[in-house]
Formats: sequence, structure tokens, C-alpha cells
Amino acid sequence: MNGEARVGDEGTTPEAAFAANGLGRRYRRRWALRDCAFAIPAGAVCGLVGPNGSGKSTLLTLGAGLRQPTAGEVRVHGLRPGLDPELRERIGFVAQDKPLYPRLTVAETLRFGRELNPRWDQELALQVVQQGRLPLTTRVGELSGGQRTRVALALALGKRPDVLLLDEPMSDLDPLSRHQLMGTLMGQAAEHGTTVVISTHILSELDGVIDHLLLVDGGQVRLAGPVEEILGAHLLLDGAEGLPLEPHTVLEVRHTGRGVSALVRPDGPVAEGWRAESPDLEQLLLAYLRSPEAAPLNTTVPSTPLEVAA
Amino acid sequence: MIEYRIDRRSGVATYQQIVQQTKQALRLGLLQPGDKLPTAREVVEATAINPNTVLKAYRELEREGLVEPRPGLGTFVQRSLGNADAAGDAALRAELAAWVDRAFAVGLDREDVTALTTAVLDAREQRTSAPADQAGGGREGAR
Repeated sequence: MNGEARVGDEGTTPEAAFAANGLGRRYRRRWALRDCAFAIPAGAVCGLVGPNGSGKSTLLTLGAGLRQPTAGEVRVHGLRPGLDPELRERIGFVAQDKPLYPRLTVAETLRFGRELNPRWDQELALQVVQQGRLPLTTRVGELSGGQRTRVALALALGKRPDVLLLDEPMSDLDPLSRHQLMGTLMGQAAEHGTTVVISTHILSELDGVIDHLLLVDGGQVRLAGPVEEILGAHLLLDGAEGLPLEPHTVLEVRHTGRGVSALVRPDGPVAEGWRAESPDLEQLLLAYLRSPEAAPLNTTVPSTPLEVAA
Repeated sequence: MIEYRIDRRSGVATYQQIVQQTKQALRLGLLQPGDKLPTAREVVEATAINPNTVLKAYRELEREGLVEPRPGLGTFVQRSLGNADAAGDAALRAELAAWVDRAFAVGLDREDVTALTTAVLDAREQRTSAPADQAGGGREGAR
């Protein structure tokens, strides 16, 4: 199994597959992303989450090299997306609107992929298409939205990239297709150590799938790091009104009838009287999304220091 | 080959589910020494879980001496679990099957039988864990 050497196994710092420093992107007068820094290691399966309009798609298009930053830098395996030509075949990108040629048939679309990509894996691309029972002779323009998504994913997977950037790839798929395609994605991660960055706002979709997390909100990185590390840095406290929350970093306090429920980053022992438990991924993300003022937590450090553009 | 079923709402950590299902298969003899476990790729393609989870479960099984990775070949079962020998197992199974037949004959259904066996097992557990009980009355001892 090539997949044995995975992220976080031996405590070594693998090369960052997807990294940013001081990254910003402005559309006219509005900053869609501002001052973002993170480093996602090679082989990670990273969930990119955030509310609508938070900058997820901008971040992915910058990673894919379809746009260039207004400030700072973005790197994929140390190279500049869109500028360093050798990076092109190493990145697979599925945009939210899945642009394909509507007049080509499914088979012609795959042939197109094969001719453009030196590492093309026809067997895998065919498997993805046939799993969805898509007739190869049908024109892409006649397919349903979910079927087009399948073709777009077949193209991205068939390319056998080192990094897959997927912008809400599952949103228009039926549950079986979701399960199948998530399985195929995980299989590629296991077999080839493919880095997968997947954006979604369906939080439950990520549970058990991702090992890294990037929460982007209001154009800023609010959480970045390994899921276990981020979850482990938080506690959900339940107790009576008036119990002390010092010296912890309090992210959210909710009053529930007679009691109080708080999400904290503990900094010292928890006071007597609190019931403490670890939050799950969905609880944690919802708490951060409800509390835009909560202090950010970024445990990723760029493995190679990037120079911030002056 | 063993197929893992992952229940995301069970509250049991995913890697633990893989560990438990492997042990269950070892106890039932569905997996035997020399058998190959599915590769991480095969498991994640079928279950859509993170590959690290599978590797973590396999490492745990390896630590317990139950499986052994052979580089380039896969992960193989090292030893079986459970202390009953095959012949004794078969005898008990036959007795149990006969009992289940009788239970159905007097009108119990599957759920009744499950509830009854669980109740008997629970009662026995209580009896053996109560220190006041007479000695030797069915101590489990170290297996």
C-alpha cells in the first residue's frame, strides 16, 4: 500500500501542499480575502468551511491559479499557481459551476482530458462515469446537474493530480453518488497520497472524512489545523449560572434555562461544578459561525517561510 | 474478505468500530490466521472514511498482536481470538440452536430471544461481580 505513509504518522513535518501567507484578494473595493496564512500538509484531506460569501471560492480559485492575489502569496507544493507552468498538471480543480463543453459527449470529454493530461488515468475516469451509469454517447449539455458534476469529478480525478481543489462538489449529488464519490476521493488519498481540499457548508458531510480543517469567515482564516488538534483544544462546559469561566478563552456562552453552556479553549484546570466534554466537529463549527468575535486558532505554520509581498 | 460497516451516529469512534468488527470476525472464525485484511484503499472506497482512520485501527490491531503488516503485500491476521476450540464451539452452537428452536416453538420471536439472552447474561454478570456470592460459583477468571 502506497498509502501507508500518511500525514501526522511520524510527527515529521511534510511539505506544505497548499499554503498562503498574507494572502489577500480584492474585487473592486471589497476584500474577499484578507491577510490569510495557513499551511496544509501534503496528503491531508482538508475541509474548507465557512458561510456563503466568506471567501472559500476565492481561496480555491487562487489555489488553482485562475486568479492572482492582490496581496501576499499562495503556494501549491512551493510553486505559484497560474504562473509556474509545471504546476498545471499537478492541480485538479472542480469549480462550483462545473464548466464543461456542453456539445461534447461524455466519451469525448474524457478523451479531451486524456489528450491534455500526461498522467491521465482512463480506467479511473471511466469508473467514476460508469458508476453513475452515464451513457458515454450522451452530450454533456443533456445531462442533469448531478450527472455533470460526476463528469467534472471524473475529469479532475482522471488527471491524477497531487492536489485536488473541490468547490462544493457534492451539493447537487444524490446520497448514493455522494457516498461513492467520497469513497473514490478517499481511495485516491489512500493510494497516491493525494491532497484533497473540499469546500462545503454541509458540515455533517465532513465528519469522519477530513483530517484537516480550514474555517474561513469574512475573508479571514478563523481555524486552521489538524481536526484532532483543533477539537482537542476545546471543551464544552455545562453547569449552573455563575460558575467561573476564567482563565479560559471563552468562545461562546449560551444560557439554557437554568444552566449555562460554554465553548472554551481551556487554559488551566476547569472549575469544580462544570461538566466538561469534547465538542464534535459540527458543534465546534456552529459555535464559531455563531460567534464572529471568537478568537481565531491557527496551528499551521508554513513549513517554508514565505516572503510577504511588500 | 471482511467488510466493515461504519455507523457514524453510534458514538463509537470510527477506528474503534473497525477494531471491534475485526475482533468480532476473529472470535467467530470469519477471519483466521493468514487471512488478509482489506487495504486502506478498499476500506475507504467502500465506507468513504478518512484513510488515516483505517491505518490507526490496523496499528491498534497490530499492537495487540492480532495482525501483522507485510510490506508490499498487505496486512495479515496473526492469530485468532476466543478460547473455545472449534469442537467445543460447535457443540455449544448446536445446543443453542436447539434451544432457539424450542423458544420459537413456544411463541417467542427474535426480539424476545435477544431480550431473554441479554437478561440472562446480565444476571450472570451481576452474580459473578457480587463479592458476597459463594466462591467458585462461575468465576470467569483470567482468560
